[in-house]
Amino acid sequence: MTTRSEMKTDVASLSHARARQSRREGRLVLALLGALVLVAALSLAVGAYSLSVPDLLRTLTGQGTQSENFIVLSLRLPRLTLAVLVGVAFAISGALFQTVLRNPLASPDIIGVTGGASAAAVFGMLILGFGSVATSLAACAGASIVACAIYLLAWRGGVVGYRFVLIGVGVAFMVQGLLGYLLSRADLNDAQGALLWLVGSVSGAGWRDIALVAVVLLALLPVIRVLSGRLRVLQLGDDLATSLGVGAERTRLALLVVAVALAASATAAVGPLAFVAFVAAPIARRLLGTGGLALIPAALIGALITTVADFTAQHLLPGQLELPAGIITGAIGAPYLLWLLATSNTTGKGA
Amino acid sequence: MTRALERPAPAAPAPASVHPRRVVIGFIMALVLLGLSIAASLLVGTREISPVTLWSALVNPHRALTDHTVILDLRVPRTVVGLLAGLALGLAGALMQGVTRNPLADPGLLGVNAGASLFVVAGIAWFGVTSSLGYVWFAFAGAAVAATIVYLIGSLGHEGATPVKLALAGTALTAAFTSLITIVLLADSEAFDRYRFWAAGSLVARGLDAALPLAPFILVGTVLAIVAARMLNALALGDDLARGLGQNLVTARIVCAVAIVLLCGSATAMAGPIVFVGLAVPHVARWITGPDYRLIIVFSAFFGPTLLVTADVLGRIVAQPGEIEAGLVVAFLGAPVLIALVRRVKLAGL
Repeated sequence: MTTRSEMKTDVASLSHARARQSRREGRLVLALLGALVLVAALSLAVGAYSLSVPDLLRTLTGQGTQSENFIVLSLRLPRLTLAVLVGVAFAISGALFQTVLRNPLASPDIIGVTGGASAAAVFGMLILGFGSVATSLAACAGASIVACAIYLLAWRGGVVGYRFVLIGVGVAFMVQGLLGYLLSRADLNDAQGALLWLVGSVSGAGWRDIALVAVVLLALLPVIRVLSGRLRVLQLGDDLATSLGVGAERTRLALLVVAVALAASATAAVGPLAFVAFVAAPIARRLLGTGGLALIPAALIGALITTVADFTAQHLLPGQLELPAGIITGAIGAPYLLWLLATSNTTGKGA
Repeated sequence: MTRALERPAPAAPAPASVHPRRVVIGFIMALVLLGLSIAASLLVGTREISPVTLWSALVNPHRALTDHTVILDLRVPRTVVGLLAGLALGLAGALMQGVTRNPLADPGLLGVNAGASLFVVAGIAWFGVTSSLGYVWFAFAGAAVAATIVYLIGSLGHEGATPVKLALAGTALTAAFTSLITIVLLADSEAFDRYRFWAAGSLVARGLDAALPLAPFILVGTVLAIVAARMLNALALGDDLARGLGQNLVTARIVCAVAIVLLCGSATAMAGPIVFVGLAVPHVARWITGPDYRLIIVFSAFFGPTLLVTADVLGRIVAQPGEIEAGLVVAFLGAPVLIALVRRVKLAGL
């Protein structure tokens, strides 16, 4: 017996829940920011030459000694900045892909977009002898070409999520084959260099890489802000979205372009850092307990993952060898992915 | 009424019949194509060899003649490896599509080969395994682990294993395994050097001595696949109906799983992780035979070797004077098949 008063309380509790939800998101964002600042401070202060907190603050405000300036501002700060930026870029890219394609597994690293970047970059490195700038450009081009190919092949009077995903899967395997071919043809040393790049690392971060990712992020953030509003409408279904004045197909295309640009620039800067794009948004949703988009928490989680991974790879593992950050994201991301597959892969839409 | 109920249930339902002439013509075609691909594989290469020379090399071999040694030491082994691995992959694909009732099932796509690879890499790097008989046990273990994970994923959720879910799960599994493989390889350059040639999917990497010991496993897998064909026909009707027809679902799935693990494991140990053979072959077979798995299995056993051996020949022709590994050629031939399947209006479940 649903009475009118019950419906009223339903509406009231709904708006109440919504307010609670946004408070919860606010608290989460604050907590994540706090954690990020903590990790950042640790990354800047700890190392072969460690600084105390006052020393670190002094150095950051420009009053450090020459050696402190060099270590913190020239070595550690670029590395940290790049880690944060690519974390944010990968995370947003993954969140957009997963939401637009309506599948928690459909991130750019799974459906071949990052793979396209890798194949192009490795081709440049091993066959054409590219340097770092040209390799970055090749990675961007590779991701764009693969994404365009998937989109065009998936087009049949509109792009449906599952078709895009499955064609992406096919392309991912093709790209994987190509990578294997390239690696087997090269000189062993070169091939190992390429393998290292394929793991992804933020070491040796230069301001050029940072500028690339920062510019792309800054340029795209306003676009993402506009589009994510439309994405919420889109989640009501294509017909309703169209009647509300949101062109479903065009919005999806724009969102995918943005997501590809983010993944491409991040891959160009640090290589295909495994699984950051894949795990950030699901973790954010899990922490929030909603199925919403949650871009800001996802972005912060992405940044946190890359910075913690880099710190762990640098300082917390035994042995003299400094490992690339991608080892950590891969070693943690792969089991997490398996666990996610085993527990929550029940929402995949499709034929 | 009671009589009808008492009547013993038929062991395997006969699926909608297809025109028998189509099947017969298809079978003859399959035999001819297989023969042609074998002949091409023995004749084509950087060294031109005439059919007459080939015949004399096979019937009356002279070790002193270069042409004869090329045929006997290079071309026969890679052809045999291609036939065995193709047979295994084609059958494994048909079994997987049948048991998951999923048109996109393939040992490569569902991550089973990647699982086998990961374990083989661990064997190379940590246990110093060098022989393919050593590889194969690791490959079996890895294939079993991956198949179990994929199967668990497939059986979860209300809507069951949709093609998208299963394919994505397989790709994700492959990504995860690849990442772990890379971690192992970064630390061990010697293992990386061995792995990269094996992983490219080459039929020449390890010769006949390495391939023949694996043939018994493939033989057992083939027998199991033939046994499983009737069960797959029952499974195709859905769990409830299959149970009603007296099919023990657990037995059927276990027989299929053992066959899949044996076939995928030995194929991967022999020729590296090869995708898309298992996807494309059963679809071509089904197009000729209709939905009867007894026929699909037989045709897959002929088309699988044909496809892999043809891919190997193409790889030799395309990149002369060098060559491209069969695994890569198949990836480039097979991905369009996947895309074409996906582009069809709706992916019907099997």
